[in-house]
Amino acid sequence: MELTGSQMVIEALKKEGVKTVFGYPGGAIMNVYDEIYKQDFFEHILTRHEQAAVHAADGYARATGKVGVAFVTSGPGFTNAVTGLATAYMDSVPIIVISGQVPISMIGTDAFQEVDAVGISRPCTKHNYLVKNVNELPKILKEAFYIARSGRPGPVHIDIPKDVTAQIGKFEYPEEISIPTYKPTYKGNAKQIKKAIEAMKQADRPIFYLGGGIVSSGAAELVRELVSFTGIPAVETLMARGVLRHDDPLLFGMLGMHGSYAANMAMSEADLIIALGPRFDDRVTGKLSEFAKHAKIIHVDIDPSSIGKIVKVDYPIVGDLKNVVEQMLPLAFDRIESSKYENWRELLRRYDQIHPLSFEDSDEVIKPQWVIKRTGEIVGDKAVISTDVGQHQMWTAQFYPFTYPRQFITSGGLGTMGFGFPAAIGAKKGVQEKLVINFSGDGSILMNIQELMTAVESKIPVINIILNNNFLGMVRQWQTFFYEKRYSQTDLSMQPDFVKLADSFGANGYRVEKKEDFEKALNEAIESNTVSIIDVVVDRFENVLPMVPAGGTLYNMMLEYKD
Amino acid sequence: MKERKIISVTVLNEHGVLSRIAGLFAGRGYNIESLTVAPIPDTNLSRFTIVTNGSTRVLEQIVKQLYKLIPTYKVIDNKEFVEKEMALVKIPLDTNLSGLDALLKGYNGTVANSGENYLVLLVADDSKRVSNFLKAVKKFNPIEIVRSGSVALEIE
Ligand SMILES: Cc1ncc(C[n+]2csc(CCOP(=O)(O)OP(=O)(O)O)c2C)c(N)n1
Repeated sequence: MELTGSQMVIEALKKEGVKTVFGYPGGAIMNVYDEIYKQDFFEHILTRHEQAAVHAADGYARATGKVGVAFVTSGPGFTNAVTGLATAYMDSVPIIVISGQVPISMIGTDAFQEVDAVGISRPCTKHNYLVKNVNELPKILKEAFYIARSGRPGPVHIDIPKDVTAQIGKFEYPEEISIPTYKPTYKGNAKQIKKAIEAMKQADRPIFYLGGGIVSSGAAELVRELVSFTGIPAVETLMARGVLRHDDPLLFGMLGMHGSYAANMAMSEADLIIALGPRFDDRVTGKLSEFAKHAKIIHVDIDPSSIGKIVKVDYPIVGDLKNVVEQMLPLAFDRIESSKYENWRELLRRYDQIHPLSFEDSDEVIKPQWVIKRTGEIVGDKAVISTDVGQHQMWTAQFYPFTYPRQFITSGGLGTMGFGFPAAIGAKKGVQEKLVINFSGDGSILMNIQELMTAVESKIPVINIILNNNFLGMVRQWQTFFYEKRYSQTDLSMQPDFVKLADSFGANGYRVEKKEDFEKALNEAIESNTVSIIDVVVDRFENVLPMVPAGGTLYNMMLEYKD
Repeated sequence: MKERKIISVTVLNEHGVLSRIAGLFAGRGYNIESLTVAPIPDTNLSRFTIVTNGSTRVLEQIVKQLYKLIPTYKVIDNKEFVEKEMALVKIPLDTNLSGLDALLKGYNGTVANSGENYLVLLVADDSKRVSNFLKAVKKFNPIEIVRSGSVALEIE
């Protein structure tokens, strides 16, 4: 079949079964947009900023596990997309960003809207391509989808010069693909797995340290089985929220900087850490020399470079978690006796009772944690939850009752403010049957507020709940704790009227100043089935606790703050 | 404890592969002592010889990160290598050249070019010996020296 480069892009997306793409047109990508106009296989959502297009593709991918796709033009279109690529890269999310580029003959001449896009995207993508010949395009597109979703998933960027999108070439979309230089290891080494199980059997205080890799691999069901059968307690990273049900008696909460006391003590006192798909982020480990000092470490990851990067690992296992846990299960059935760990579980339960995750509720002011908890009680597992970045993000991770993987969509590695709303838009396109709620802050929401137009136009009924503290709250908290309350550039008392703002876009706006008004606003927003902003005025000076100050040790948490 | 390491990387010889490798080292703060690259004849592959240094953990990461690059075919780091580098030295003819022959002989060096005003000397040897040669050659008042990176090949 002879096709133009642009037509090849459309055909490839059809072959990959892509039903929704996000993007923003411009000069260098216009040929592709002309073909998008002519087809009706997939829907194109016009965002109002390229960053949002990429976050939306990312949110779609996180909610569904499928590859998200975004289109942008050259130059500023592409540079606007970079934050989206970096965000997806840090959290190993499979997306493809296709950018226009100036014609090949003009590359290197500082042409209008020329930027070295592959030069910029190289360190924040899993792989990238500059397409120099239309005949390579089908193979590149096929490879891009394969690379994005296989192994450790990640974003792939394809930069297509305008003349290549117009050139005609032979279109043969490969059915199968094999890249001789790229062969992820899927199956875990059986000997290593046996040794790991033996270590679990020997241990007195083992702990499962569950990470985002479990979600990427689709291994949550198997992990639930492994945890419940072995009776070994577990803690989750931010990216793993929902792997276990929030009410699983073996789950001792999230670990790390704002993790629970029990989770961090468990890590500190364990004699064996069974790390399934986490990456020992510095927000999790605290001071490295004090991290899990008494423990041997089993680390399972599909990315060999993740193992041994931060800490020394005693039992490295490279493989897809789904396979590895599947291999582990029968051995665990044979060898492991849950009763052995009863004292250890009892100790952790005690830690949890001494310092449970909690907040001091109030009837005078609305506590942000209360809003999240209440939302959880009202919508629970009916909603997929996204967040922006800051205090509200941590409170959501702490207090929302997550019950399944992919229910929680948040920018963990990069911590990108402005992620939540566009990601929610993408997620809603992927899981139409669910409510999608974005918890945001009064700072973050303004970073992609223009997406109200996208959501209204494309009828994507996402609910934004702003926990409005008139501050860049998380930074304010650090200023309170570590900078003697010098609130440098964090006071956001100057605010838009969010109700009018929503209204001007044709969205619903609600302002909640009293607890009793919240439920009504939320129910109205849900019933209206329209894009909504619920602006909730919360306690200005509430802090996220407990906290391991940066560089501190997990076993020495700050449990309260006294003014 | 820093140690020196030779890493030989075979990659697909495609657009931008040098910048992927150089960028990996720059972006992650790894050291490059030298980097040499050339296509492998009759293939679509290139071979990089990289000399680097770092702690054991960093060196381990370098190897893994190199392997993680999609166009990387093979990374060899734990073999015994023959390692050679080359230097060219330009010295003026109006210098006192007595002893030059003996020096060249000692290092298996040659005169690569003999011009109207200058000689260009060539040595190819172990890194250490090239350094020694360059020290010794100073007395002939070299006006320019160019030194290559290492190339290395596993001995078995
Ligand atoms: C794009 C970006 N810029 C800056 C930061 C640094 N930062 C982290 S949290 C935060 C404050 C967020 O404020 P807000 O959205 O109001 O949420 P809150 O902490 O008050 O809940 C800032 C500025 C960031 N994470 N991302």
